[in-house]
Amino acid sequence: MATLKINGATKTVDVPADTPLLWVIREHLRMTGTKFGCGKGLCGACTVHIDGVATRTCITPVDAAEGVEITTIEGLGGDHPVQKAWIAEQAPQCGYCQSGQIMTAAAFLSENPNPSDDEIVGAMTGNLCRCMAYKRIKAAVARAASDMQKG
Amino acid sequence: MTRIEKIGRTGSKSVSDVSRRGFLVGSLAVGTLTMGYGLLPAVGGLAEAKAAGNFAPNIWFTMDEAGKVVVNITKAEMGQHVGTPLSQALAEELEVPWEDVSIAYVSTAPEYGLFVTGGSWSVNWTFDQMSRAGAAGRIALMEAAVKHWGVALSELQAEQGMVSHAKSGRKISYGDLVKAGATARAFSEDELKAITLKDPSKRRYVGKPMPALDIPAKTDGTATFGLDVFVDGMVYATPKVPPVRYGAKVTAVDESAAKQVPGYQGHVVINDVTGTTTGWVSVLADSYPQAIKARDALKVTYDIGPNAKVSSADILADAEKLQSSGEGAQLFVKDGDSVTAIKGAKATHEAVYTTQLNVHAPLEPMNAVVEVKDDVYHIHTGNQFQTLAVGLVPAALELDPSQVVVHQYHLGGGFGRRLESDYILVAALTAKGAGKPVKLIYSREADTLMDFTRTITHQKLTGGGDGSKLVGLEQQVVSAWATARQAPAFLADSVDKQGKVDPFSINGSDHWYSIPNQTVRTIKSELAQSATPSGQLRSVAPGWTFWAVECFIDEMAHKMGVDPLKMRLAMLDATGKNAGSAPMAVGGANRLANVLQMAADKAGYGKKMAANTGIGIACVSAQERATPTWTACASQVHVDPKTGEFKVEKMTLVIDVGTAVNPDGVRAQVEGGALWGLSLATKEFATMENGAIQQDNFDTYTPVRMEDMPDIDVTVVSPGHYPVGAGEPGVTVVAPTIANGIFAASGARVRDLPITAAAVKAAMG
Repeated sequence: MATLKINGATKTVDVPADTPLLWVIREHLRMTGTKFGCGKGLCGACTVHIDGVATRTCITPVDAAEGVEITTIEGLGGDHPVQKAWIAEQAPQCGYCQSGQIMTAAAFLSENPNPSDDEIVGAMTGNLCRCMAYKRIKAAVARAASDMQKG
Repeated sequence: MTRIEKIGRTGSKSVSDVSRRGFLVGSLAVGTLTMGYGLLPAVGGLAEAKAAGNFAPNIWFTMDEAGKVVVNITKAEMGQHVGTPLSQALAEELEVPWEDVSIAYVSTAPEYGLFVTGGSWSVNWTFDQMSRAGAAGRIALMEAAVKHWGVALSELQAEQGMVSHAKSGRKISYGDLVKAGATARAFSEDELKAITLKDPSKRRYVGKPMPALDIPAKTDGTATFGLDVFVDGMVYATPKVPPVRYGAKVTAVDESAAKQVPGYQGHVVINDVTGTTTGWVSVLADSYPQAIKARDALKVTYDIGPNAKVSSADILADAEKLQSSGEGAQLFVKDGDSVTAIKGAKATHEAVYTTQLNVHAPLEPMNAVVEVKDDVYHIHTGNQFQTLAVGLVPAALELDPSQVVVHQYHLGGGFGRRLESDYILVAALTAKGAGKPVKLIYSREADTLMDFTRTITHQKLTGGGDGSKLVGLEQQVVSAWATARQAPAFLADSVDKQGKVDPFSINGSDHWYSIPNQTVRTIKSELAQSATPSGQLRSVAPGWTFWAVECFIDEMAHKMGVDPLKMRLAMLDATGKNAGSAPMAVGGANRLANVLQMAADKAGYGKKMAANTGIGIACVSAQERATPTWTACASQVHVDPKTGEFKVEKMTLVIDVGTAVNPDGVRAQVEGGALWGLSLATKEFATMENGAIQQDNFDTYTPVRMEDMPDIDVTVVSPGHYPVGAGEPGVTVVAPTIANGIFAASGARVRDLPITAAAVKAAMG
């Protein structure tokens, strides 16, 4: 049994303590925006925020996620500047990696609101996009940073 | 007889779900696929498409009483935003406000005909059809207004969802016409053909970068992929795959340890009579993580079969033998007498090009949910070739084809991987064996190890040149033939009718250079065929045929002392069969010369470069010669002369797609495609040892990431000809530009993909 604070709500799930958080979020709580890609923390499709930090849920056991604030793509609000920038740049292709990309970018920009190009690449390069929409993902992060600076 | 009619099915809904007063336009009520695409000029690939099945009415959109339009999309959405350009074509002629347009990905049903998405075919095959479906809808609505007002059709205008009568100043919305009972209206095929489509200068949507309709849902987690489906009472399953890629048999299963795993719900030995898989066992549990634990605990004993010792090196050695013996060679191109021409040429050259195994690795691992309701297998998944799936599943499960429906979702990447039905078959067999609904999910490792790989290829090219041109060229390609395994009906006759060829293993070698004496042969490697069941990987055969041709032309140019750009332009003279023809290939090789010159100019080709830096160029058409997408690239490459390490600094691409229905969508495809090309050429490397792929996750199989991205400059040329595909040529053009750029920078000639620093260093001598 695990109790999770997720997107502002408290949820209790009956799963073994070592169950990866990803599967609890996706399959038990049915917040399916968070995706399964590799199961080893290599691709970033499963990224959520834990206390504001971008975290790979496929390698995070559920018992490590108790007592912290979990935010998934569903909890980002829909009109977050990163999400708006993603649409403005027409960044997604298949879209499967994009929840993870967006969550990584949102956490990164909250830490570094005015990043250089190299810093954007450094923050985002851990997130694999198999469609290789990297040019637009990079542009969208830069646009979001700029929009957030303008307020 | 062709008609507009109410239909029994839209999307996954039955007719009872659709407003009784909904206005539906369909076309081509009866007949075969030939009729379905009969409004299109004959295109390459059509013969293959015809082979795949019959169809009844195609139904392309519905409109409700508010005038809202849902365009039915039979093409798989896998990142190309395909529903958007198809809706642009339809909405353009229907004359509706763009904000009233949405899309639905429909489930399989006979009336929709062939379901296949690949080959950069979607817009090319359906642009005219969708345009005419929209136009027919507009006409039917205007005729309803004629009835309503009792005025002449010629006095009416339809614009942006309204029909107006200028003389009386009356107006009525499409939605109100639907409400008033606008009814179905029959159009014969001839009537459809006779419709005059809009003059391009009057277009509102076609040619405009309309925002992709699928993108917002891909930014907030609401886009539904196959993995996101749930049905009541389902259990989870994951495959335990054998220690070799193909040919194993299960001889015993010991589940004593698995039974100790909490949540374990048994296993199903997959008896796949279609031979799509061999030696698989599905492991069932209450959750995916539990299924993985049970999979690891389950002890399976195998007869690992004939491929137990096969390696990539064996396949290449076998290919070399076939290359020398010519055993089984089939003719694909035969112009003139290449042997004599090469013998008599001033300069001659021979080179061998190889490519290694590649896996698709779409980010969403293969998965399917299968639920049996009223004896019908409902399959929820994302797939590119549903027509194949609804053929194979009944064969494997001894069902009637009417007992299988594939419900389509977003695809978390396709790239040809989801042209296969393995995951659907295994899920269906598992559901049957378990007697309950199943959600089958491959682990990343199973997905990679059991991929239908891009085949190892071995190509020998021999050429002879005089002046600034080639006078003779021979190309012989040894590979696995994906089509022979997956869809033998798609094999084509060899040019001398002596045998069969797999066009999807040799396309591209019939390029647009005028070389009077040209011979192309293709040989199927039975060893590769058995040990590495190959699939179609984004851009298919042109991924290797253009690699060889475009590198070889560079080599010949250097040997003959001619600038590689000058030589290409001299041979792109648009004479004879390369003159092209309307509508698909109007302008012929002149258009390829144009994009090549543009790319070279934009990249600064011929200008003085920094030390150890060079620009490599190449130009390609597309998968089918009949539907060329004229594409060129110039890549600037830096090579470290000490280590052979190389860096692609900038890729400049120019693509002529006839008409860019959605220029931003085309650009996105080329940007991603170019990086795919870079990735396949420099980063993606799978190997086989002991019959097994040796890479199983993204730590060992390493596609390009953001840090690897060079500058990319894409120019989309849209001269107003019939639209052709955009998904693939951006991939194929890149690898030869890198090899040619490495040569320009360092003098090292590499001939094996992927290119490694070690190979560059070795080639520097």
